[in-house]
Amino acid sequence: MDLDIPSGAAEALYRTMVRIRAFENAAETASQGGVSAYGQQAGGAAKVRGPLHLSTGQEAVPAGVCAHLRTSDYLTSTHRGHGHTLAKGADLARMMCELFGKATGFNGGKGGSMHIADFSVGMLGANGVVAAGLPIAVGAAHAQKVLGQGDALTVCFFGDGAINRGPFLEALNWARVYELPVLFVCEDNRWSATTASGPMTAGEGASARAEALGIAATQVDGNDVFAVHAAAARLVAEVRGGGGPRLLHALTYRVKGHVSVDLAAYRDPAELAAALETDPLARARGRLLEAGLEAAALDAIENAATAEVEAALATADAAPWPEAGAAFTDVQTTGAGQWH
Amino acid sequence: MALNAANTVEELSYAEAAVRAIAREMEADARVVVLGEDVGRGGIFGQYKGLQQRFGERRVIDTPISEAAIMGAGVGMALAGLRPVVEMRVVDFALCGMDELVNQAAKNRFMFGGQGRVPLVARMPGGIWDASAAQHSQSLEAWFAHLPGVVVVSPSTPQDNHSLLRAALQCGDPVVYIEHKTLWGARGPVDETLAVPLGKAARLRRGDALTLVSWSRQAQVCAEACERLAAEGIAVDLIDLRTLWPWDRETVFESCARTGRLLVAHEAVQAAGFGAEIAASAAEATGCRIARLGAPRIPVGYAPVLEAQSRVGVDAIVAAAKKLAG
Repeated sequence: MDLDIPSGAAEALYRTMVRIRAFENAAETASQGGVSAYGQQAGGAAKVRGPLHLSTGQEAVPAGVCAHLRTSDYLTSTHRGHGHTLAKGADLARMMCELFGKATGFNGGKGGSMHIADFSVGMLGANGVVAAGLPIAVGAAHAQKVLGQGDALTVCFFGDGAINRGPFLEALNWARVYELPVLFVCEDNRWSATTASGPMTAGEGASARAEALGIAATQVDGNDVFAVHAAAARLVAEVRGGGGPRLLHALTYRVKGHVSVDLAAYRDPAELAAALETDPLARARGRLLEAGLEAAALDAIENAATAEVEAALATADAAPWPEAGAAFTDVQTTGAGQWH
Repeated sequence: MALNAANTVEELSYAEAAVRAIAREMEADARVVVLGEDVGRGGIFGQYKGLQQRFGERRVIDTPISEAAIMGAGVGMALAGLRPVVEMRVVDFALCGMDELVNQAAKNRFMFGGQGRVPLVARMPGGIWDASAAQHSQSLEAWFAHLPGVVVVSPSTPQDNHSLLRAALQCGDPVVYIEHKTLWGARGPVDETLAVPLGKAARLRRGDALTLVSWSRQAQVCAEACERLAAEGIAVDLIDLRTLWPWDRETVFESCARTGRLLVAHEAVQAAGFGAEIAASAAEATGCRIARLGAPRIPVGYAPVLEAQSRVGVDAIVAAAKKLAG
C-alpha cells in the first residue's frame, strides 16, 4: 500500500512516535513509588516524583499534528504533555532532566512533568489544570493576529474531559468571534481521570460542540498517524490561510492509568485489549513495511530512540539539583525579597 | 490650583486619571492593549473613555462576558508579547477568572523556570458599591496579597491612580489593580510627570500619638477621622499604603516605632484581613501596640441599615484611635 506522503516524512512521523513512547516508558519506570496515590505510598527512591500523566498510546496525535508546525507557532498543552513537547521540537534530555527535578531541566526543576515546557520552540507549557490551556491558546493566537505575525498559528491540545469545563466554551467562542488562527485538538482518550468520559458528557462531544459555535470540526482516527497527519495538514492550511479556528477531534485511547501509579483496575480489561489492537506505533510500522520501507530502517529508528532515552536518563541522573536559592527566583520582580 | 513649573498639573477625576494613564502607556508602547466587557463604550465607570475611538478596536478589544477567557487570553497575550490591561468590571466578577489569575498568571513565570513573563494588569474594582448588595460589594485584596507572584495595588486618589497604573503597566509583573467602585468621580490634581513607585506608601498626615494605616476609599474616611482627632488634640500619623504587595514596611515601621501604637482600618472583612498582616508585622518589628478595624464577617446587605453594618465609619475609627492612644 502506498503512503500519501514521502517516505522521509512518514519515517519522521514514526520517529516522533517512537521517541515519545520510549520517553514515556522510561518515565513510567522511573516514577514508580514516586507519589502517594491509588493505594500506593511514595518512597524515597523514585527518580521521577509526583503525579506523572503518560500519553502512551496517544502518540499519533501530537506526531501527526506537530509535523505541520514551525518553531514560531505556539502550542499549549495539558497535564499529559510530554508527547506535545517532544513533537514540537523540545530536547528530550532536558525534558528528562525536568522530570527528575534537576537544575538543567527546561524549568530548572521548578515545574516537573505537569509543567513541562520549552518556550524557545513555541511550546507554552503543560498545565496542571484541565482546560486551562484553552484561554491561554486563544490569547496567544489573538496576540499573533494583533501583532500581524503573518500566517503563524497556535495549536491547543486538550482532552475529552476538558470539554465539560467552562473555559472550553469561552475559548472556542472567543476564537470564532475574533476569527483567530488557532487549531483546537481534542485528544479524546475516553477517560476523565478514573471516570469514563462518555457517561459524563452530553451530546456528541468536542466536534459537535465546536460545530454548534460555527467552528468546522473534523473527526479522525487518532491512532492512525497518517490519518491525523492528513487531517491536520488540511486544517493547519485553512487556519494559516486566514480561515479562522478549526477543531480536530482525534479519537484515541489512554492505555495507562490516570497517573503512572494508577493501574486502572476500574477498567474493563476487554476495553484495554481492544485498544491495544489499534496501537498507533504497531499500525504505523505495519503501514510503513507495506509501503516498502525496510524493517532495518525502522529498527534503527527504534534503537536510536532507546539509546537516546537511556542517555537522557543517565544525563538526568548525573545532573545537579537546583540551588535552594532558586526557590526565590522568577517569582516576581516587584517586591522580590519581601518573602514574608 | 497650583501649577508646577512645567504646567503639567490638571484637575482630573479618578476615572479620567486612569484613562490618561492607559493612553500614555498605549502611546509609548504598541504592545499595550485593553480587553474586557464594554471597554469600547468607555467602561461602565468611564475608566476607558475614548480609548477605543483613539486606538482602535484592534488594541481596545470589546469582549464577551467571559471572565475566564478574558483573564486567560490576557495570559496568552502576555506570553506572546503583548502587555494587556485585563478588565474584570468588579472584583466580584473576577472570581470567574480565578484559575486564570491564580494558577496561570501568578505562577507562569516561576513554574516554567523563568521561560516566560506575564506583564498583565488586571483591573478589578473593589469595595462597597452603594446599594449593590453582597455580590457587588466585596473587598478581596487579602486574597491577592496572599498570592505569590502578583503585585497588588489599591489607589485612593486621582494622582495615585494615574501614576500607579502607569507603574503597573511598566513593571512587567502580573498586577492585581483594585480601584474603588465609588471613587471614579473623585477629583484631584494630577501631574502626569509625577512617578509613584509601586510599594511606596503615602503619609497623608504627620503626628506622634498613633499610626493609622489604611488604603483605598477607607483612607479618606480615616482622613476625616483624623480631623476630629486633631480637634481633640490627638495627632495621627496617617499612612495610605497604596500598594498592598509589596507593602511599604519602612514607612509603616518607622512610624510605629515613633508612635508606639498602630491602628489599621480597612473596608474588607476584618477576620483574616490584610490589616492583621500589617499589625502582626509591625508588632514583631517594633513592639508597638496594635488594633484593627474592618467589616464584620457578614455579606454586605442591600437595605441602608444592613449595608451600614459592613462599613467602618468615622465614629468607629475615632473611638478605636482614642482607646489606643489613651
